[in-house]
Amino acid sequence: MEKLLEIDHLTKVFSLGSVLSRVQITATDNVSFFIKPAEIFALAGESGCGKTTAARMILGFEEPTSGAIIHDGQKKAKNEKVWFTEGIQAIFQDPFGTFNPLRTVDRYFFETVHNYKLAKNKKEAVEYIDQKLKAVGLSYEEFAGKYPSEFSGGQLQRISIARALLTNPTLLIADEPVSMVDASLRMSIVNLFKKLKDELGVSVLYITHDLATAYYVSDRIAIMFRGNIVEMGSVEQVLMAPRHPYTKLLRESIPEADPTKRWKTTVNLTELEHEEYLRKGCKFAGRCPVVMDICKGVVPADLVIDDVLVKCHKYTGKEDT
Amino acid sequence: MKVLRDLFKDYRFALSFSVLVILLILALLSVFSPYDPTLWGVFPRDLKPSLKNLLGTDSNGQDIFWQATFAVRNSLIISLIAALVSRVIAILVGMVAGYKGGTIDRVLMFIGDSLLVIPLFLIMVMMAMLVREYMNLVVLGLLLSIFGWAWDARLIRSVILSLREREFTQTAVLSGTGTVRLVLNEYMPFAMPLIFSTLINNMSWAIGLEMTLAILGLVKMSIPTLGTMLYWAISYQAILLGRWWWVLTPVVLSVFLFVALYWLSVSISEYLDPRTRIQRVGAE
Amino acid sequence: MNNTILRTEKLKAFYVLDMAGTQKVAKAVNEVDLEIQENEVYGIAGESGCGKTTLLKALFGAIEPPLRLFGGKVYYRNSGDEIHVTSRNHASDEIEVTSLNSEEKRKLRLVYISYVPQGSMSVLNPVLKIKETYRDFIISHVRGKTREEAFELAKQHIAELGLPHNVLEAYPHQLSGGMRQRVTIALAALLKPRIIIADEPTTALDVVVQRGVVQLLMDIQQKQKNTIILVTHDMGVHANIADRIGIMYAGKIVEEATTEKIFGDPHHPYTQYLINSLPRFGDKTTRGSVPGSPPSLTNLPSGCPFHPRCPYVKEICTQEMPALINLNTDHKVACWLAGEGANGKAIRN
Repeated sequence: MEKLLEIDHLTKVFSLGSVLSRVQITATDNVSFFIKPAEIFALAGESGCGKTTAARMILGFEEPTSGAIIHDGQKKAKNEKVWFTEGIQAIFQDPFGTFNPLRTVDRYFFETVHNYKLAKNKKEAVEYIDQKLKAVGLSYEEFAGKYPSEFSGGQLQRISIARALLTNPTLLIADEPVSMVDASLRMSIVNLFKKLKDELGVSVLYITHDLATAYYVSDRIAIMFRGNIVEMGSVEQVLMAPRHPYTKLLRESIPEADPTKRWKTTVNLTELEHEEYLRKGCKFAGRCPVVMDICKGVVPADLVIDDVLVKCHKYTGKEDT
Repeated sequence: MKVLRDLFKDYRFALSFSVLVILLILALLSVFSPYDPTLWGVFPRDLKPSLKNLLGTDSNGQDIFWQATFAVRNSLIISLIAALVSRVIAILVGMVAGYKGGTIDRVLMFIGDSLLVIPLFLIMVMMAMLVREYMNLVVLGLLLSIFGWAWDARLIRSVILSLREREFTQTAVLSGTGTVRLVLNEYMPFAMPLIFSTLINNMSWAIGLEMTLAILGLVKMSIPTLGTMLYWAISYQAILLGRWWWVLTPVVLSVFLFVALYWLSVSISEYLDPRTRIQRVGAE
Repeated sequence: MNNTILRTEKLKAFYVLDMAGTQKVAKAVNEVDLEIQENEVYGIAGESGCGKTTLLKALFGAIEPPLRLFGGKVYYRNSGDEIHVTSRNHASDEIEVTSLNSEEKRKLRLVYISYVPQGSMSVLNPVLKIKETYRDFIISHVRGKTREEAFELAKQHIAELGLPHNVLEAYPHQLSGGMRQRVTIALAALLKPRIIIADEPTTALDVVVQRGVVQLLMDIQQKQKNTIILVTHDMGVHANIADRIGIMYAGKIVEEATTEKIFGDPHHPYTQYLINSLPRFGDKTTRGSVPGSPPSLTNLPSGCPFHPRCPYVKEICTQEMPALINLNTDHKVACWLAGEGANGKAIRN
């Protein structure tokens, strides 16, 4: 099948600490996945799982320690900062941080149009920008000449998407686009992603810790834990019938907007984060309710069961042949 | 302009602006001076202030009032050259070092730090003695500027370092903006208050340093500046001999100049501070 | 049902802002009437900028410039002897908080009512170990406790709530965000106050950690049988923990009911939107979200503040603000559709 973006054994190791005690944290550990054209792929996990690091490497803001990033057949070269031209664009978590508070927001639009030669003169540029703004539910008049502080968070996020659409990208990387937006307004942003996929064939790499919106909008999903992908497959299978104990924990912990579905069990939160990174064997072994002896010493292999990838010792012997 | 009106609401800006305007007028009057400031013995020496000589005359036989106009003019010119040139160097160095990082950053900061650490005064004295023959306003200004950029370069660099990590830098990169335009368009607005206040502080510093050099006799004495006026007054024991009009003129003028420059820099930099600017921007 | 422990009467608290020469008034709390019961978890839901945080501040008695009281009163009631204030109304056992001075209000804090602000770092002193922060709070609010006794109290409390005991020896920056939040909540419950107010305690936390925080709140409420007033825009959290919910919009409570009724039978169009805009597992059909943006509190629309975004808007909605009326027991709505006698069934999709 066609692969729009392929991530192959991508690894990033950070060295933290002082001269005397250096700790190696593997933020992203041999991560492999691919995204098809016109698909919404969710990369989900809690903070510190490595998903943002992966996004930064894809965009060229961080250099991988090893592994390959391939877009449309082209492999990203080492230290190549801006390698994707107009094919890949991104939107970020904090809508107010995305734009310089001291500049009007439309300046970025005009700069993009100018730098990528998308219009011949100012009049054409305004028309072009207006078109993209209409696609996200805004108009040029209500947007021109305004500073970021004059918009609400939800509006700014939509403006951010409009800016990303200017270069007609095939892949949009959305890094936690709704976590700073009110729960009731998330739908409007996330529905936009659906619309972009259906009408324009844009693929979206949806990075989030909110599994509810991930379920709603994505086609496939990869669950990350402390740098590893622990489960990956279609969003129906992974989220409605989770196999990996961590996925099950995540799924159960989502507060559902239904008073009849309250949490029945309690959760145990005592282990410290950085200790989990340094575990040998399966990193989830400290908290896993079904942990076995082998989990503490041996890293589980990537097993494929019913087209779903699971990284767990419990399923050894059950994989697809 | 709206900006000026807003600034005038601050009493410090209003007062300092007025003082500086007066000093500028004084400096401009030098064009109309009926007497050549380099000539001696134009008037009888050491006359007290009178209608003919508004501030009296000095021991060289020059009219102090017209001397003062030249002094203010020249001091301002020297300090402006020093401050502007060193600003340009500081901005270039700070921005390149901040944005590029790595080896370039280390080299540039090493040069800057050396200039900060080396006893400035000795070097200046040495250099002043070397170029004494060629000394004129411009040369003196450039000499001062070589030593005035290091501190501010570091300040600008730290502003750039923090801005580099902000998300809007990434947005600009994704918009296809090249490095130079990015640094100029995105970061300059944040660095502006810093640049302005250090510009004015630098002017004060330059005037002070020039006066020090002059009192020690290290500049060309025939060029009238606030410093050289003091030099001559001290050489001729004006204080001891009670010729207060001669000593007080450069002292009072320079005090006014320093205080005015200080208030100007403080009020402008408060106005330009990104934090208060953002609030104002939203309110309009 | 009169176990009301906190009551407000036509509470009005506005921000008076001086921006670039002109004065603007933000009507953050615009005539709010609440009757919060003992031993209940009361949730306040609404979008950012609707005035929830200001309402909490007013309930806590922290009305300071630029926030000013423009009318109304806040009452606390105690059944025991926790409060000793001079301006106490001896006829009833209620205290009018809005008339207390700052020293009297301070005496009430932590002992009678506690506040957990958004973001734990504004409570925990970054240069003190957690146990020292706890000790400081105890000593300043309870007379006659030595440092050792205070430390013992803190240790016991932490253990009771199931938090790891080594947390007391740590500095705030050594703990993760979720752990800090739980420590702050534990601190608020330390002296067993009758009321605990929590402002967005789960925002910016990961989902598993969020669950831990909510569980801690539930645990405290069950053990101490006090009242928890919880503000969050996350309806899922309300569904899990709240007994009653008040929906806030543009400074007003527009619907108030038990959790079951809010989710099962919402009447106000805004509540309906809020509930329908939440994604649900097992359902990938397109959901709508609330159209438009919340109004600016400095420039409210006439009549009902929701009318510009309301799909059922009528002429009267643009002219007059509907009052909060009783639909039936445990269910209040401020909407002209309800006021006209429509039972709401025709509106729901």
